[in-house]
Amino acid sequence: MALLEIKGLSAKVAGKPILRGVDLSLPLGEVHAIMGPNGSGKSTLAYVLAGREDYEVTAGSVLFEGQDLLAMDPEARAAAGLFLAFQYPVELPGVGNANFLRTALNAVRRARGEPEIDAVNFLKEARGALKRLSMADEMLKRNVNVGFSGGEKKRNEVFQMALLKPRLAILDETDSGLDIDALKIVAEGVNALRGPGFSALVITHYQRLLEHIVPDRVHVLAEGRIVRTGGPELAKSLEVSGYAGLAAEAA
Amino acid sequence: MSAALKQTAEGFSARYQRLAELLPGPAEPRRRAAASFRARGLPDTRDEAWRFTNLRALEGTLFGEVDEREDAVRALLARAPATDGPLLLFANGRFRAERSLLPRGVHVASFAAEPVLDGAPDVGPLVSLNTMLAEDGAVISVPAGADGGTLVLLSLGVGEAGNPIAFHPRHLVRLGAGARLALIEIALGDGVYLHNPVMEVALGEEARFEHLRLQKESPLAFHLGSLHVALGARASYEGFSLVTGARLARNEIHADMAGAGAVLTANAAQLLDGTRHADITTVVRHEAPGCSSRQTVKNVITGRAHGVFQGKIAVARAAQKTDGYQMNQALLLSDQAAVDSKPELEIFADDVKCSHGATVGALDPEQLFYLRSRGVPRQQARAILVRAFLAETLDAVPHAWGRAVLENEVDAWWKDRPL
Repeated sequence: MALLEIKGLSAKVAGKPILRGVDLSLPLGEVHAIMGPNGSGKSTLAYVLAGREDYEVTAGSVLFEGQDLLAMDPEARAAAGLFLAFQYPVELPGVGNANFLRTALNAVRRARGEPEIDAVNFLKEARGALKRLSMADEMLKRNVNVGFSGGEKKRNEVFQMALLKPRLAILDETDSGLDIDALKIVAEGVNALRGPGFSALVITHYQRLLEHIVPDRVHVLAEGRIVRTGGPELAKSLEVSGYAGLAAEAA
Repeated sequence: MSAALKQTAEGFSARYQRLAELLPGPAEPRRRAAASFRARGLPDTRDEAWRFTNLRALEGTLFGEVDEREDAVRALLARAPATDGPLLLFANGRFRAERSLLPRGVHVASFAAEPVLDGAPDVGPLVSLNTMLAEDGAVISVPAGADGGTLVLLSLGVGEAGNPIAFHPRHLVRLGAGARLALIEIALGDGVYLHNPVMEVALGEEARFEHLRLQKESPLAFHLGSLHVALGARASYEGFSLVTGARLARNEIHADMAGAGAVLTANAAQLLDGTRHADITTVVRHEAPGCSSRQTVKNVITGRAHGVFQGKIAVARAAQKTDGYQMNQALLLSDQAAVDSKPELEIFADDVKCSHGATVGALDPEQLFYLRSRGVPRQQARAILVRAFLAETLDAVPHAWGRAVLENEVDAWWKDRPL
């Protein structure tokens, strides 16, 4: 059974149809890329999977480990092992990063029936993860994403992912706005989690990130549908030919 | 004033007539206050200063004699934050020496023993009401250069069913030049009562006064209080008030920046639910040059509660280089929650920096979703965001014990309130 099984998924944003019947199957242990032109519905798909309430699902189904994902609250999805790395991470003024992360980690652990982690052990674990991601400890003292550069925000997403250890990570254009060093750090963060119990959907506009996170499969999304699926070589050919022509295929 | 409100006011005047001979201290200030109160009565919403706070709820209520049961006092004491440091306990406005612990190096007396009534400016009928009927209070004096440490002033209100009571404590705080004191005022209560305190604070040159207030009155109570602060040169007042309410609360702060280079911080947070109404009204008068005043007032309002902030900054011609700042922010958590905000700047000097601002909003759905996407349940996510909204003022409270008391109160506020 696939970890994630999307069938005929359609969704509207502000009354406008964006997803028009997405079919996608992601087996456990695999990393798939979703590529596509701007406005094709990539971010909408990510938000719908994470449970944003203002995105209206109009048709289709999503099974996550056999459970009806769409019936679950966002927090229940996180507890079940889903993690969305936001394209635009949200700033939380007045909320310290360390406190935020420990609250999130303990909420997820509680929901999974695991014991909570105390402040000392949390700090130990957090510092270890920061070190592996070449990030400064000072990150923990700052307010969540407040005053972070674009690259710091993206790295903070990967840091959260490293601590929450999801079974399914959805990376929504985590590469946008990153220089090559930051890109490598993000890629290492994902690659460190790769294994038989971890899957990822890597949403990207460019092929660049996929040189560092080599996907098992590549899906092309255009006008709200998956129009083509192939191996890593598909990303390379898109880099050459561009997305033009895919719109025609979608129609 | 409506006939019914007039009846309530007349009840107070009649009480003064009965008690005049027995009240402590000089009679003349009380006579003047009584005449003024009789002439003006209780304010109504036609009075500009009371536009947003309607005392209709007091209509027809005749506040009776103060008399509290000992077991009720003990029950309230058990709900107060624990302290083993200096404590001044008041029950229904009366000093309870036997349950208090006096500080060292600070002169403390009861107002009944050392009454002084000529200080407070006549700023309205409720101050007149206090001057007319004040029976007791705390008189605190820190000698020049001394550090008075931390002092807790705990005020308990016990209103028996069917017998509403009123008390009008008069507190005086004097800090000599260079003296320091942290005063933590906590007001708790049960039942129907009117708590009408007046506190006068006089700060000598370079004195530093930290003043934290937790107002957690009974949901049936009325709290109509005023604070009058006079700051000498380079003195500093650092105030923070947390109001979780009464049925109707009004806290006035009148600050007089009288000495050059004085610094005032008067921050506040109001957390209001149900049908509570709470009003913070401040008047900061910059009389001397080079003073700065800072006020940030945060309102968190749910249910059908109503928050009010009125802030006036008046800068006299002589008060050059004044730096005045005022910010009022409200977070409305329900459709029927309401807030009124009225800033007022009156500036006669030409070289000043004064600013004010107000914001009203709801919780940000993007922030809420971000927290929930990390596994934080909805209720907890909302509580985190509200706490974050308060962080700027709460985290800035320098007194560690006081801050912890206030933080506990904020955290406890959620427990019975599904948002």
